Amino acid sequence: MARIDLDLAHSYKPNPKEDDDYALLPLKMSFRDGGAYALLGPSGCGKTTMLNIMSGLLVPSKGTVLFDGVDATHTTPQQRNIAQVFQFPVIYDTMTVAENLAFPLKNRKVPADQIKARVAQIAEMLEMSHQLDQRAAGLSADQKQKISLGRGLVRADVSAVLFDEPLTVIDPHLKWQLRRKLKQIHHELKLTLIYVTHDQVEALTFAEEVVVMTRGRAVQVGSAEALFERPAHTFVGHFIGSPGMNFLPVSQAGDSWQVARHPIPAPVGRTLPAGDLRLGVRPEYVTLAEAGGGGALPVVVKQVQDIGTYLMLTAAIDGCVIKARLPLEASAPNVGDTVWLRVVGEHTCFYKDEELVT
Amino acid sequence: MTTTTKPVNQKAWFLILPVLVCVAFSAILPLMTVVNYSVQDIISPERRVFVGTEWFAKVMRDSDLHAALWRQLTYSFAVLAIEIPLGIALALSMPATGWKSSAVLVIVALSLLIPWNVVGTIWQIFCRTDIGLLGVALKGMGFDYNYTGNATHAWLTVLVMDVWHWTPLVALLGYAGLRSIPDAYYQAARIDGASKFAVFRYIQLPKMRGVLMIAVLLRFMDSFMIYTEPFVLTGGGPGNSTTFLSQYLTQKAVGQFDIGPAAAFSLIYFLIILLLCFVLYNWMQRVGTADKEVVR
Repeated sequence: MARIDLDLAHSYKPNPKEDDDYALLPLKMSFRDGGAYALLGPSGCGKTTMLNIMSGLLVPSKGTVLFDGVDATHTTPQQRNIAQVFQFPVIYDTMTVAENLAFPLKNRKVPADQIKARVAQIAEMLEMSHQLDQRAAGLSADQKQKISLGRGLVRADVSAVLFDEPLTVIDPHLKWQLRRKLKQIHHELKLTLIYVTHDQVEALTFAEEVVVMTRGRAVQVGSAEALFERPAHTFVGHFIGSPGMNFLPVSQAGDSWQVARHPIPAPVGRTLPAGDLRLGVRPEYVTLAEAGGGGALPVVVKQVQDIGTYLMLTAAIDGCVIKARLPLEASAPNVGDTVWLRVVGEHTCFYKDEELVT
Repeated sequence: MTTTTKPVNQKAWFLILPVLVCVAFSAILPLMTVVNYSVQDIISPERRVFVGTEWFAKVMRDSDLHAALWRQLTYSFAVLAIEIPLGIALALSMPATGWKSSAVLVIVALSLLIPWNVVGTIWQIFCRTDIGLLGVALKGMGFDYNYTGNATHAWLTVLVMDVWHWTPLVALLGYAGLRSIPDAYYQAARIDGASKFAVFRYIQLPKMRGVLMIAVLLRFMDSFMIYTEPFVLTGGGPGNSTTFLSQYLTQKAVGQFDIGPAAAFSLIYFLIILLLCFVLYNWMQRVGTADKEVVR
């Protein structure tokens, strides 16, 4: 159990000069003891690099890693007492399930009776008790991955358990189960869990706090709600939610706002900073309005999809695409029609140079 | 569950005809010739007598042959016992990446490129006590080394020569097996706190099993049929100390023109190899797939 503080940067190149040379741009971050975190971002955003730095498989080219305030930058995974679960199941082919689970404990010379008790406990949690004496090699991929998870969780004194996209190889219906299992295990064992994924659903359901990363930068750290309601960066708006946030150019012009070159009256009590801004609104908060309604925008319908529980409207205004999630009861507009959409409300965010301003 | 009736078309037989012809001429017909010889006494090209299993019975009672068979078995198992562990050790110590790995691969593969009879000649000179590097060195260290006169020395020299010649094959196969292990295994082992030996025992060795199986089979078959190298190096001597099965067979067939017994023995030889390979292969398969069967 440990609190982990990062203050570092990493580059795989010897002399990084520009931002693109860095796998991880300089960042500061803390992981609280016993928390459940997710590192979320597209492939190549630096999340695995960050994970490997935390586990000690990789030494950062600059800066330090602190474990409980003690410098651990150059220590090995064993010294840090880290457990890590990889994308593809790693099992020891010649061992049984029980031997696999016991392996990390056995290497640390834990007494046999303690090993037995702990292995039984973990197997119980993973619902593998009946398979303990089977050879691990013959199991299916998801069961092998469960063993990998179990090997990560088996050490009671572990500083943190790191997961590197552990459910990639698992069938979708089992993913749900395993994710729930992990969450439950987190509650029971109170271990620090850090989970890398590019799947937002996985990150948002698993973690108490999600770190959203792009191009070697951690752009926002927050709860699922914060990431959804107040994305701190346009990337977060794009990446979280399906589909992502709508962005339209907006600027203040006297008493009114120019949204995608269409003037609307400025809402009472809201003023915009000067300059070219972007308005961000989630498709969930875009609503239909009467023609010519105050504060609404005329848009041309490009596509209407029935998703089952709602209608997904894709429309365009002044070259910008705008998506809206409409209730099924709404009379579906036809492609080519002009409809009016209201985009400004309490959930609307404004961005300058990609950063949230108000 | 589909019950579609396929049209009957016998043309497919024509497609396998070329293969059949090839196999017939390259394997079946020569083998049948040997079978033919093994049941006849060929007195002259015109006169031949059918003798049934007489040659087989004679060959089975041949004490020289028994000696050669034991010599051969001891030799083959000694070859395996040395070359497999040594090859694995070599594979483990070879660099994995960079120019060093390419350089080492080339150097290791060198001995495999040398023809058998040249290997014999190289060692014949290498071991000579008057001009050979090894022979002179051993003499200089006070060993009374003489591979042409001392049976043990001759046998050991042939063994060392084979180790020199063929261990690289095992090493290369093992190396290929090692390179196919994903990095995640090593990382997981580090995180699990596994010792170097545990990594070898639980990751590297099981993952090399497939290629090692091939290595064992290849080395067994090859060493069991060894002919050229001892023929060039020692000529089977001194005495019979390095006369292995194939050489014994050649002496019989070509040297003494005992074609009947030689043919009978060829068939027995063939069956021994087939049987041993079958046993070895099944045993190693069993070791590998035991894990899968337990599950069901």
